[in-house]
Amino acid sequence: MRRLCAPLLTAALLAPGCERAADERAVASPPAAPSERASSAPAGAQAGDDGQWLMPAKNYASTRFSELTEIDATNVGRLRHVWSFSTGVLHGHEAAPLVVGDTMYIVTPYPNFLYALDLSDPPGRVKWKYEPQPIRAAQGVACCDVVNRGAAYADGKVVYNTLDNHTVAVDARDGREVWKTKLGDINRGESMTMAPLIVKDKVLVGNSGGEFGVRGWLTALRLADGGIAWRAYSTGPDSDVLIGEDFEPFYEQDRGKDLGVTTWPPDAWKIGGGTVWGWISYDAELDLIYYGTGNPGPWNPEQRPGDNKWTAGVFARNPDTGRARWAYQWSPHDQYDYDGVNENVLLDLTIEGRERRVLVRPERNGFVYVLDRTTGEVLSADAFVHTTAATGVDLETGRPIEVPEKKTGFGRVVREICPAAPGGKDWQPSAYSPRTGLLYIPHNNLCMDMEGLEANYVAGTPFVGARVVMYAGPGGHRGEFTAWDPVNGRAVWKIRERFPAWSGAVVTAGNVVFYGTMDRWFKAVHAETGEVLWQYQLGSGIVGQPISYRGPDGRQYIAVLSGVGGWSGAVVSGQLDVRDPTAALGFVGAMTDLPDYTAAGGELHVFALP
Amino acid sequence: MCSPCRERRSVGVSGVLPLILILILVLAAAAAGCADETPQPAARELRVCADPNNLPFSNDREQGFENRLADLVAEEMGATVRYTWWAQRRGFIRNTLRSLACDVVMGVPTSYELVLATRPYYRSTYVFLQRREAAFRVRSFDDPVLRRLRIGVHVIGDDYANPPPAHALASRGMIANVSGYSIFGNYAEPDPPARLVRAVAAGEIDVAVVWGPLAGYFAPRQHVPLELTPVSPEIDLPFLPFVFDISMGVRREEEGLRDELDAILERRAGDIRSLLREFGVPEHSPPDFNAQANHLDAGGAGR
Repeated sequence: MRRLCAPLLTAALLAPGCERAADERAVASPPAAPSERASSAPAGAQAGDDGQWLMPAKNYASTRFSELTEIDATNVGRLRHVWSFSTGVLHGHEAAPLVVGDTMYIVTPYPNFLYALDLSDPPGRVKWKYEPQPIRAAQGVACCDVVNRGAAYADGKVVYNTLDNHTVAVDARDGREVWKTKLGDINRGESMTMAPLIVKDKVLVGNSGGEFGVRGWLTALRLADGGIAWRAYSTGPDSDVLIGEDFEPFYEQDRGKDLGVTTWPPDAWKIGGGTVWGWISYDAELDLIYYGTGNPGPWNPEQRPGDNKWTAGVFARNPDTGRARWAYQWSPHDQYDYDGVNENVLLDLTIEGRERRVLVRPERNGFVYVLDRTTGEVLSADAFVHTTAATGVDLETGRPIEVPEKKTGFGRVVREICPAAPGGKDWQPSAYSPRTGLLYIPHNNLCMDMEGLEANYVAGTPFVGARVVMYAGPGGHRGEFTAWDPVNGRAVWKIRERFPAWSGAVVTAGNVVFYGTMDRWFKAVHAETGEVLWQYQLGSGIVGQPISYRGPDGRQYIAVLSGVGGWSGAVVSGQLDVRDPTAALGFVGAMTDLPDYTAAGGELHVFALP
Repeated sequence: MCSPCRERRSVGVSGVLPLILILILVLAAAAAGCADETPQPAARELRVCADPNNLPFSNDREQGFENRLADLVAEEMGATVRYTWWAQRRGFIRNTLRSLACDVVMGVPTSYELVLATRPYYRSTYVFLQRREAAFRVRSFDDPVLRRLRIGVHVIGDDYANPPPAHALASRGMIANVSGYSIFGNYAEPDPPARLVRAVAAGEIDVAVVWGPLAGYFAPRQHVPLELTPVSPEIDLPFLPFVFDISMGVRREEEGLRDELDAILERRAGDIRSLLREFGVPEHSPPDFNAQANHLDAGGAGR
């Protein structure tokens, strides 16, 4: 059931006419003067931009901020499409291209090709193509399209994960495989889709597959030879979670021995989820990495009483040893599939007169959290979407204030759960500009109903499952692109999108923000006002991560992969039946018109000024 | 093991009808004076979507009762069986039936809305499975002895649902003494869901609540005698059935094929019942062959 014409519920969403959702801006409040914001990215994010793009988030602070200024708000209207390249793959293209010197590297979804493209004039020649040949059966294990979120570069190697649980390091010059390490087992439901982060001499990677009762982990491999240095599980005894005497969580409920066991029914932690398929950040001064954990599984909430640690939360760890410094759960005892794996944007902000080293997290449960990243204390948590499942976050305890009427249970009919299972925001990473002090968040505007039961069948075993149907939230549009002021905890402007804004974002020192839409528009937006300055329609919907780089000719380029897919786009890339509103875990119900706007097809697109 | 592309033909016995057809076509062609270009009617195939590693239902050595059932249906159609193997998980229907790789799934719940279901050809029930030597005999989810036992159930995933025994136990407050066994298990091993049955035999747990056909096939194959008892109640309130009708499934628009299968199921009902008995499927009661939809119809579209 789609509700394209649901009544307007928030003042922020003032655009008239439900079908004209896209492109209409509604200014919630005027942008604050820059002097009021006093915010910046930490030193790690401002080391000077060499014009390359070596990791999907651009820098360890994960700001996706490009210091290049040739393309700016005054001239971006003249931006032109300069070259493109088909990947030959039809699944959802969620990766960010990398640019190293005069070469661009792109990773495709399964079968996980790695292309090296020459950026010299004329650009786009294939230098080499690496084919890891993942096991075909891995496709049957991926929950939500066989995506890949990109590679990372260091020390002459391009490193990425394959769907069938291998991390590979490829020689950046010639495409030769340097090492390949198997980390998981598709036979047990594991897969890998996330982009690695390389910190010092280690490659950090995590697994996917919470839907299959996989136990989540983060693993550090040695960059030199691919050997495993350490592995930290998200559930289980402290010895497995790498919790020791130096573990100092901020909140009382997170202190105690073996909470990864005692907050579960006996043994349930062994198949407890908490997979690590999202983003990792790194603070070099504190020498801590930060990453989130997925939702608990595979039991239903009533079958796993307790906080189910350490699922749907965030860890701060030492990258050399893996030892946890602190941990915090966004959604203890998650009942809605709110994975906690989104990006962790590391900023230094002045909050109530105090300089704070913070971690900003637009979280799936609908709140933008600002945490003190030295301690794990929640400084603020403000809703960036319509939320009905929780009214806020209790800053004393750090726990969401849940609404009892929205509690799920077997056979219970619960309507208007907002946000829906993909959350206020899913994996799609935001960008932060130290110039404007704003976080640019591509996200969803979706609610869901659990309305009764339907027969299901797995491995010869019949059962009845919840019938989940998703639909547009207030305003009738399914996506938004929001500029968020993390100091004052409020939206500064919003752009409404017909479909969930499922691409990443990039923001430049030229005060331009780029993102793409599932209905194929690649957009340039004024970073201060949200005015759409330029847009260009590509061949397939955009769920990739745009980048900004300097070519060998010294000029600034913007690049993005198109190719619709992912969980939201599975109705197209997986050729799901639009007559099944509950397909793709209920997401198809909200996306039945996507095939009217886009077909599948992966392509790289590059833009520049004339 | 769940490679989607391993296909294998198994030859069914040709029926009489195709031979007559061939004869007619040959004669017609000869009469038209173009014997050199005799059109050969394409041999009919029964294209079956099946799990290659899930006895007693099917495997790629064709040892399951669904393999045998496919042979039986093919025999009636005068067709040969051709398999598309795919692990029966989320996405199974999408990747097999819907992608047109195959045309029939041999076993689905009758009210499964991803497919057009035939009439049900058996009805079975979840059972309590325990060692025969045990001092207790579990017959009901309300049996007080359950609270003192270690209980095993299958778990499916975080799809907001699990097999009905998991819910029935949780709703009675039995959580700490319940262990979950992944229905997916380790797919590198044979018949992963059977691990739950082996856990009872090995004494890992005192009792398991298992879907009947799985328990009925694997229980006699353990090294200790096991006992099956159909669960009670049959439907837990508010709406949690333990008894399911099972049909074959085809694509929604293929009513012709469904009708053909329905006729075969009726014609060969006796043979099918014998086949199910041979595999130890606990029959709950004879399925109602006139049922349009069974008691499980929860309304709305399926996933």
